[in-house]
Amino acid sequence: MTVVLETRNLEKRFGGIIATGNVSLSIEKGARHALIGPNGAGKTTIINQLTGVLPPTSGRILLEGQDITGLSAHARVGLGLARTFQINQLFADLSPLQTLGLAVSERLGYGHDWWRVTGSKPPVMAEVVELLERFNLGDVMEDPTSQLPYGKQRLLEIAVAIACRPRVLLLDEPAAGVPEDEREDILAAVAALPSDVTVLLIEHDMDLVFSFADRISVLVNGSLFVEGKPEEVAQDPRVKAVYLGEEAHV
Amino acid sequence: MLLARLSQEEVTGRLVGRAHWHPLEVLFWVAAFATIWLFPSKHLILTEIAWLALFALSLDLILGYAGIVSLGHAAFFGFGAYTAALLAKHEIINEPVIALVVAGLAASALGFVTSFLVLRGTDLTRIMVTLGVAFVLREIANQNGWLTGGADGLQGVTMKPILGQFRFDMFGHNGYVYCLVVLFVLFLLARRIVNSPFGLSLQSIRNNPLRASAIGINVNARLIAIYTIAAGYAGIAGALLAQTQAFASLAYFDFERSADLLLVLVIGGTGYLYGGIIGAVVFKFMHDYLAVLTPQYWPFWIGLLLVVLVMVGRERITGWTAPFRRMADRLDWRRLRPRGETTEGR
Repeated sequence: MTVVLETRNLEKRFGGIIATGNVSLSIEKGARHALIGPNGAGKTTIINQLTGVLPPTSGRILLEGQDITGLSAHARVGLGLARTFQINQLFADLSPLQTLGLAVSERLGYGHDWWRVTGSKPPVMAEVVELLERFNLGDVMEDPTSQLPYGKQRLLEIAVAIACRPRVLLLDEPAAGVPEDEREDILAAVAALPSDVTVLLIEHDMDLVFSFADRISVLVNGSLFVEGKPEEVAQDPRVKAVYLGEEAHV
Repeated sequence: MLLARLSQEEVTGRLVGRAHWHPLEVLFWVAAFATIWLFPSKHLILTEIAWLALFALSLDLILGYAGIVSLGHAAFFGFGAYTAALLAKHEIINEPVIALVVAGLAASALGFVTSFLVLRGTDLTRIMVTLGVAFVLREIANQNGWLTGGADGLQGVTMKPILGQFRFDMFGHNGYVYCLVVLFVLFLLARRIVNSPFGLSLQSIRNNPLRASAIGINVNARLIAIYTIAAGYAGIAGALLAQTQAFASLAYFDFERSADLLLVLVIGGTGYLYGGIIGAVVFKFMHDYLAVLTPQYWPFWIGLLLVVLVMVGRERITGWTAPFRRMADRLDWRRLRPRGETTEGR
């Protein structure tokens, strides 16, 4: 198998605090890789470094063999690396239709177009329609995003990332805070991700992690602790001690 | 998941339909052009409204769409005004329309250079930086009296006829038509810009720059672009003033001008392009009317209006006019055809 996303000795310090230290992670093509760990372990900090939101203090990040450590966030998206956010980061005043229309227009290279009306390109609209259908957003497509039910916002959060047509997708707690009756849509959307897309999932929900992932890395105090297949990680006594034991009563 | 099938034609219609001309918009511009024949005695104040509206439209592009707060937009206004006045005075470019374009390009260049100062930071730092740029420019104009006339203003400007045909007459008739046509043309351009993917990306940046960059938008490049365009608009507004008055003064750079501009936009509302124009009409007519009634105290009334607007909230005021807008919607056959009954009652 080929490695698509790799970090080498990735380290991030905030002052004297080491948020992530010496993280070397390899994610294989087409993998369903989960990154788990207790609160404050540095999971989101890793995602932020992978996507260019935070510059690492030291270490390197490689996407399909190319060093992207110094690239801006938007340039990484162009190379096929997209993400969702743990806390919704959406365009409150725009509708799902506008949001997806914008994201697809950007990817297909119409982002600089200042003359034609958004949506006047049929290839853009074909994808937008497909996304609205797949994520069940058709009935709310013209509502301002700020007024959507939380579960719909969560679906849009994933749909926007998919609109970037990533080769590697980073999902930061996709089901976080979603009420029980709306969870099913989210889980179905995550399960239905195209198999050629490599996924790195951060999640607290162990049911989701173990039903989804074919590989799991455990992060504790900013360092990689254990990595392996789900059954290996589940059996590992150290993991049980530091992590699963603590989560079991939740 | 239960999937509802959507027709691409209908979805396209809904997205593209946002850019269609609303009957009220058509009515608005018909009324605006009708003033040429209906109120010939008001052309001088209408001229002031036209360039102020264009100036406010410029601020709306950066504030209402991209979310950049500026308290120094007069920098570009003054720069464009002096450029146009100097071009005419030294007979470098004698035709006003070409001079106007050059003044706009000059202000754009200044906007491009200073845009890098507003990329980073919070609203407060942006306010301070834009304010600072306007102060600096005013002082440069003040110090270089040999060129600008310093505190006396740039005198002795004679304007040649527009397109070699239409003189700037003393009643301001031709000047008004000129300003109104320029406002309309630049409005049409702004309307295209804000409805394009580029314009939508500006709104997304205002909403959430973090997510905008996460869908591949180069946030800084977009902000530089719109700041440059808006500076050009402001420069053209200033040039219109300089050309119609055949004069330029340091007051064009004043802080008060930038602050009034923000007020105009607050009165009219941001983010829908008409706010600047409506705000300019209200502001100028209030100024005109109240200054006759109470010459000293007219700021009192403007202040009161501002407080009422903010306290009552514009949503409620636009809510009062909703029945009229619904009535106008019925006149719009394009909306009725593709949308059908599903959007009735929204």
